[in-house]
Amino acid sequence: MNIVLNEPLSQLSLLFVSAAMGFLAISLLLFSFQLARLSQDEADSKFERLGFWLLGLATVILGVGVVMRGVAANRVPWANMYEFSISGALMILTIYLISLRVRDLRYIATFVTGFTLVILFAAVSLFYVEVKTLMPALQSYWLVIHVVVAIMATGFFAIAAGFHIFYLLKAAGVGEKVLSRFPDLKQLERIAYRFNMVGFVAWSFTLIAGAIWAERAWHRYWGWDTKEVWTFIIWVLYAGYLHAMATRGWTGKRAAWLGLIGFAAVIFNFTVVNLFFKGLHVYSGL
Amino acid sequence: MASSWFSRLLFWPRWFWRQLTSMRTALFLLLLLALASIPGSIYPQRSADPNGVRLFFDNQPELAEVLDAIQLFDVYTSVWFSAIYILLFVSLVGCVLPRTKVHLAAIRSKPVKTPENLRRMAVHVEGQKKIELANAAELLRDRGFRVQQQGNSVSAEKGYLKETGNLVFHFSLVGVLIAVGIGGGFSFSGQRVLVEGDTFVNNLASYDSIAPGPLFFEDELKPFSLTLDDFEVVYDLRNRQNLGQPVDFIASVTLDDGLNELSDEIRVNHPLEVPGANVYLTGNGYAPVVTLTDGEGNVAFSGPVVYLPQDGNMTSLGVVKAPDAIPKQIGLISFFYPTVETLTSGAYTSIYPDPIDPLLTVNVYAGDLGLDGGVPRNVFALDVSNMELVAGRDGPNPPLELGVGEVVELPDGLGSLSFDGLLRYASLDIAYNPGGIWVLVFAALALVSLVLSLSIQRRRVWVRVTDEKIEYAALARGDDAGLESLVLEIKSEIEERS
Ligand code: HEM
Repeated sequence: MNIVLNEPLSQLSLLFVSAAMGFLAISLLLFSFQLARLSQDEADSKFERLGFWLLGLATVILGVGVVMRGVAANRVPWANMYEFSISGALMILTIYLISLRVRDLRYIATFVTGFTLVILFAAVSLFYVEVKTLMPALQSYWLVIHVVVAIMATGFFAIAAGFHIFYLLKAAGVGEKVLSRFPDLKQLERIAYRFNMVGFVAWSFTLIAGAIWAERAWHRYWGWDTKEVWTFIIWVLYAGYLHAMATRGWTGKRAAWLGLIGFAAVIFNFTVVNLFFKGLHVYSGL
Repeated sequence: MASSWFSRLLFWPRWFWRQLTSMRTALFLLLLLALASIPGSIYPQRSADPNGVRLFFDNQPELAEVLDAIQLFDVYTSVWFSAIYILLFVSLVGCVLPRTKVHLAAIRSKPVKTPENLRRMAVHVEGQKKIELANAAELLRDRGFRVQQQGNSVSAEKGYLKETGNLVFHFSLVGVLIAVGIGGGFSFSGQRVLVEGDTFVNNLASYDSIAPGPLFFEDELKPFSLTLDDFEVVYDLRNRQNLGQPVDFIASVTLDDGLNELSDEIRVNHPLEVPGANVYLTGNGYAPVVTLTDGEGNVAFSGPVVYLPQDGNMTSLGVVKAPDAIPKQIGLISFFYPTVETLTSGAYTSIYPDPIDPLLTVNVYAGDLGLDGGVPRNVFALDVSNMELVAGRDGPNPPLELGVGEVVELPDGLGSLSFDGLLRYASLDIAYNPGGIWVLVFAALALVSLVLSLSIQRRRVWVRVTDEKIEYAALARGDDAGLESLVLEIKSEIEERS
């Protein structure tokens, strides 16, 4: 056992994360500006291109920060709330940038940058902790697999939640001018469905991997620990969402609300459950 | 007459069954299940946190009574929670069985008859270039479609695996549920605290506590014995911010299964496989070895005492009962500090979890231990209602203090106490759950079939060639963004071949 922690390097990583936040903030401004004057201008403006350029840059810088944190702690950088947050933000940005290559989803850039900015802000201001070694229960390759897939699922759910929000706004006729750039309701619903679908598969995997790990670490694969309960609730809620999408009278607004409730449970699980509920998952590290 | 009477009798059951197996009910029950799971994360559960339940009863006895009456401390085995998931699964089976029948028939049958009016289909394009129908059929077959030539048209269908995936997914969930239920029935888990040097022999009497499933029988315990040779805790000594943080717990054991003796290690995340079970490391602590000699000079107690850790630096609490001590029964309540430090108040605390400067402080009680009533007593608690404090912070004499190897006299000629040595103990869980592997198999099957169900598209494609025109059309189950481009692709490929 010769793990060496490198707190100065972690501080440097914090600097990178903060710098990424700066660039994200500027690109958020550019995207918002672009969105606000959209009705007059055509889509492909200088602002937007600069915004995406900065978004890419922010992602790279954040990526460097996350990797440095991992090096500083001598392990994967996702073992406490600060690390979940920065890795999660990186995951959301990466998923978004990759999906941009598949499909034109530029119109939700404001949501994606805004949301990751909030996560990163919470991370550096509320969740930051010095690098620590892992408690023995966390020293397992399942930490790598189980948690990284959970973060991935969260990334997909987050982007889907953005689509749900814009769907509901558009369906309610709010901000018509701004939302005119967005595709029609049918499209918004379908894209949200796609992201939720991938998220659900990843979440199912997380659930199974967690159970396998629990069998190793806690001598039972399932024990209704608070965190297990919420993982299950989230899974059931999204199963409900998928059902709603196949049930007459439940698509559209209702399904969108269900998707949002599911995502609210994800956020709840990550914040309130981690911080205030008692249980075996005492890794929030605060 | 009889049949109408009969069908009227069956009206309500039928109606009920139709309601239960509808998509809307399934959705409702799913949401209800999510909702019903929440209280179990708010209130302590007997299965996961029995101590929390006890505390709740101590702190708010009236509220606890009410909550207990509606099973809020046993949410996941409660009547109402069970009712929801059982209904959900009945609904599931009732929903999936008929669909399986339909699907099996669909798999065996030919592609559907080409519709008269292809313009009505989701995608419809007309081709200019003349083509051969046989080429169209061949190409569609190459693309994995099931194809039938019907006169002047070709009807093709693919993506049966979508529905197969969906059905297998739902059946796998039933499999998971059954495996959990039956596996739980045959399972058992037992706990045992083992001090360094002690040996555990696998039979019911050796366990400190045991939780067998309803279908578990004692003769399923396979013979083996396990000796804890050594227990080591590795603390972080390199990193300042982490000092004293345990980084590894290593229980070195010898396993004897009657044929071989085998030395091995048990660590957190690394259980040991023993005959018929796995052994897990779930806790640890100190077991100071003490000898209590009574006023007559006889040994009234001797051996290691399991102390319960009270904080991160392993300040630990232990109890010794000496019912045979003469002239009076003696009880000791004692604190152990692995690395002792004096607070400004004069009280002791431990500042490091490893035994660098160990100290034992002891409160001595004399009188009646109350062990004769036949009531089972908690070994970690001393009932002092019929005892007198003879040494302790608030007693006539100060508490006893001993370092390792020291001996002190008890007051009033009650005897003497020696602190002979320091051992560690490991809390072990011996657990067996034959259902686990089947839960995993069905869960994995569910995951794979889920991916199939969600990623595959069910599509029908038609090509019709008449004297006037050449038509291409397609239809999909659910919405299908790629359908139009697929048809255009197929069209150009068929035209290329012709
Ligand atoms: C334990 C309860 C259930 C769970 C967790 C569950 C979960 C799911 C999930 C995750 C999907 C989407 C994946 C797929 O299409 O294969 C799905 C689809 C579906 N489920 Fe369930 N289900 C349950 C019970 C039921 C019941 C009771 C019914 C019938 C009333 C039902 C009917 C369907 C149907 C028809 C679909 C296909 C929807 C589509 O075409 O997209 N399920 N289910």
